[in-house]
Amino acid sequence: MAHEWAKGHGGVLPSTREEKRQFKELLKSRMIAMDEDNYKEAIDASFKVFAPRGINADLQKIINDSCTEVGSNSSDFWVMMAALKEFIVNEGCGEAPLEGSIPDMTSSTEHYINLQKIYQAKSEADFLVMEQRVENILKKIGRDPNSISKATIKSFCKNARKLKVCRYRLIEDEFNNPSLPELQKYLTDEDYSFAMGFYILLRAVDRYAANFNSFPGQFDGGMDEDISRLKTTAVSLLNDLGCNGLTLTEDLINEMCRFGAAELHSVAAFVGGIASQEVIKLITKQFVPMCGTYIFNGIDHKSQLLTLQVQAANP
Amino acid sequence: MANSTAPKSRSRDLDKLLLRPGNLVGPNFEPGAELRDDLQQYARVLVVGAGGLGCELLKDLALSGFRNLDVIDMDRIEVTNLNRQFLFRLEDVGKPKAVVAAKRVMERVSGVNIVPHFCRIEDKDIEFYNDFNIIALGLDSIEARSYINAVACSFLEYDSDDNPREETIKPMVDGGTEGFKGHARVIIPGVTPCFECTIWLFPPQVKFPLCTLAETPRTAAHCIEYAHLIKWDEVHSGKAFDPDNPEHMMWVYDAAVKRAELFGIPGVTYSLTQGVVKNIIPAIASTNAIISAACALETLKIVSGCSKTLSNYLTYNGVEGLHTEVTEFVKDKDCLGCGPGVLVDQLDTSVTLQNFIDMLEEHPKLLLSKASITHRGKNLYMQAPPVLEEMTRSNLGVPLYDLMGKVSKDTLHASGTINKDNKKTSGLRKLRVVFKGIDVVTDMDMAGGAYDQ
Repeated sequence: MAHEWAKGHGGVLPSTREEKRQFKELLKSRMIAMDEDNYKEAIDASFKVFAPRGINADLQKIINDSCTEVGSNSSDFWVMMAALKEFIVNEGCGEAPLEGSIPDMTSSTEHYINLQKIYQAKSEADFLVMEQRVENILKKIGRDPNSISKATIKSFCKNARKLKVCRYRLIEDEFNNPSLPELQKYLTDEDYSFAMGFYILLRAVDRYAANFNSFPGQFDGGMDEDISRLKTTAVSLLNDLGCNGLTLTEDLINEMCRFGAAELHSVAAFVGGIASQEVIKLITKQFVPMCGTYIFNGIDHKSQLLTLQVQAANP
Repeated sequence: MANSTAPKSRSRDLDKLLLRPGNLVGPNFEPGAELRDDLQQYARVLVVGAGGLGCELLKDLALSGFRNLDVIDMDRIEVTNLNRQFLFRLEDVGKPKAVVAAKRVMERVSGVNIVPHFCRIEDKDIEFYNDFNIIALGLDSIEARSYINAVACSFLEYDSDDNPREETIKPMVDGGTEGFKGHARVIIPGVTPCFECTIWLFPPQVKFPLCTLAETPRTAAHCIEYAHLIKWDEVHSGKAFDPDNPEHMMWVYDAAVKRAELFGIPGVTYSLTQGVVKNIIPAIASTNAIISAACALETLKIVSGCSKTLSNYLTYNGVEGLHTEVTEFVKDKDCLGCGPGVLVDQLDTSVTLQNFIDMLEEHPKLLLSKASITHRGKNLYMQAPPVLEEMTRSNLGVPLYDLMGKVSKDTLHASGTINKDNKKTSGLRKLRVVFKGIDVVTDMDMAGGAYDQ
């Protein structure tokens, strides 16, 4: 159907709203009875025909990363990435290797299996091209062309559209060299105001503790003085970070002193749960670990994940 | 660190939030030692479920200053629970979850008292649920949530301006998890949406069409369900399939393999067979910890008012990185659960209780059969247990109008079996009953609490 449409429209698939509607009408007109499930499924799934071609923005960013200029020290991941880059430009015609699986759909068993086999065959063919390119690149950088296993390359191809690169830096770097644009963006965005406020205040509290040998609000009595001292500390911290002139909500500063370094079990349990989850992901090397600083806000639960590092590529 | 001159009390950290005033607090927050003491002495919390979420909830609540907890769960401990239901050990397998969970937390946190209830949630009187300040749910099914939601909402009364009456509001905190995903929500009946208001949030359950299973299978799951739902009955006519019986499971697996070979479909494994047949959703300890912690925190805040609360739905996703989001859903004013009730009007004053009960079965918004009826806490007719049935049977022949104190309109509660889409579930519904032909009186002095027009 898509082919038919393209033939009648200069080789191009539906893109405008009107064209998409017309395409669905075309599908409907082919129905013989009102309840043919396979046509109904086709109409529901027609959005897949309209989906933009090519690779998505996330993958494009990784392709453009300077690490794809591989050398003898490059990791297996970047070697395969370099091969993927070549594939997309050449055999892929702008697309990544075919993943190979198809969703279930109403059909006779025979037709379905046949379609499945066609997809699997193309996926296998794409894999073989990738494998060859990987071997060539390995040779070029002076490594054993068989040093990356078939299984690894296959898995890479299958997951090509979901690849992610997570970069991390030392806490020391984050403290001494935060990304100013990110900080300013968060401090002025209403959705982030509490979370960002707490980030600044948590660091201000650490500074306060170092200066005064106690936490703000730790003791009953003298609360007003603590609030004032915490505010001063927070302001000077903001200045050190290069965010002069930006302010924090008074309510948050007061609340921080009210907390008086209290540790509530449920808050600890929540944060502990998050931390343990990340540890498991890192140890088992499964799923995608979190990238950034998660600020938990137990007041209205509008917690936020802050990316406070400059997204520079480090080879 | 400076030497603390504050007394080393277990409540030291909690006191900061309960004893000190603040700006980001709940509407009726009254900080002070009395609040902390009331929380310990009088506040009662019910935890529904003693499984993955329930164990965490009991621990969290016990360590959050609550001393009077109840827990209800009808299940016994199984080996597969042990990876996350941390209150249980290998030697506990077979024992009731509620009983063991209560015992373990009480051993670990001195001063807390937990009353376990080893039974179904439907087995409890509706009034049982009214004794708690708040109900925390750690359930794993839509049906169970729907039931508790209906019970909590049944206590809700509206005043003549159609505003919820505060003293009849029974708050709930509901948590749910599935692998790396989870949600926590706050339900304040009459204020926030209740469970029924947002029932559309749930995607329909996956059911394969019969013709796919019987004639055109395409996936391994189709072959498995064929063996499980069709072939089993053909060969074992009459004998019930028991998913916990390894011999039965093995039989289904073998039959599924044969079918798959016949159609050239790959992928049938024993593990997949178990997953499909038992509808297994993997459970991770950390997700349960996170969601329960959020729920326990909200429970503390709602009961004490010590901080603003979640408004009103939190979703969590840990598959790719970490993502949490708060959505503020809006109440459905015509909701069957938390709304003012299903209207049953134009009732003749001669209609008997029996007539009324029969009517409920046909009422399109109710479809409620075998109903038991209560009016302002009084049992008009109870289908069970036999003792109560006998006691209330004589009411069946009495006009409903008389039984309700001869008022022109009032609220009733009906519980029974709801028949919807060929499925039968226990349900509880609030009914707004209006009699026809009664002059509406605007006089404020009306006996029996009739509404004013």
